Amino acid sequence: MNPIETKQTYQEYVEKKSPNSPILKNCFNAFWVGGLICTIGQIIMNICKERGFDQNLSGTIVSIILIGLSAFLTGLNLFNKIGKFAGAGSLIPITGFANSIVSPAMEYKSEGYVMGVGGKMFTVAGPVLVFGISASIIVGIVYLIFNTQSMTLV
Amino acid sequence: MDIDWANVFNWMSLLKCFVVGGLICIIGQILIDKTKLTPARILVIFVTTGAILGGLGIYQYVVDFAGAGATVPLTGFGYNLAKGAIEGVKDTGLIGAFTGGVKASAGGIAAAVFFGYLASLISKPKMKKQ
Repeated sequence: MNPIETKQTYQEYVEKKSPNSPILKNCFNAFWVGGLICTIGQIIMNICKERGFDQNLSGTIVSIILIGLSAFLTGLNLFNKIGKFAGAGSLIPITGFANSIVSPAMEYKSEGYVMGVGGKMFTVAGPVLVFGISASIIVGIVYLIFNTQSMTLV
Repeated sequence: MDIDWANVFNWMSLLKCFVVGGLICIIGQILIDKTKLTPARILVIFVTTGAILGGLGIYQYVVDFAGAGATVPLTGFGYNLAKGAIEGVKDTGLIGAFTGGVKASAGGIAAAVFFGYLASLISKPKMKKQ
């Protein structure tokens, strides 16, 4: 092999050798797995509506079932396999939220059940809740301001 | 109770749900592959975006179109928080901005905490292969 001389040729060499992230394939897998999870949610929601629950309650039931399922799949080490295959397809639906709670908690189990499991559960879910709830409070306050001045925002 | 399975498997609504849910996941996948954002940051971005779009009333159109395809992804979690906060403000004013969001998504948060802890307890720590 010829010695590599300049920075540019070295850069080209690195790019040629480094594994090419197959973004199209990743996107395709993310699309159908994510779509499938949402469709399962829709089927559960339709069953709830047929049984006479209202829109909000059906949505809550869907969240609880999907969160419960993915939490236990993570505990059994099955969810990681789906995640490796689907990438964002299993991360972006609410299943990824449950996964992000269970997987750090499992990892720190040896540090005890209170600070290990109970504390590390929120390493990823904590920021999600902080930003989500803060954003919702700001939305509420903004709505209040605009609404009391008879300028409807929504 | 009798269930009308033709309503449950309404193919058109399931197809819309599949496509929109999948497209939202593709946005996440592109963020993962093309930027150096960690998954935690991507989740935060999705929830915050959902809350802002929900507050502006834009996300409501997506939910009306795609149903669970819009509410199951984490943007739907943010949308739910924002919608709850707005409904809270309508009911009780300023206090509602603080109580409404969490009230609307209380079921999901409580389930995540409870099932998360339970699943961690029953899980077996992974053995490292030597």
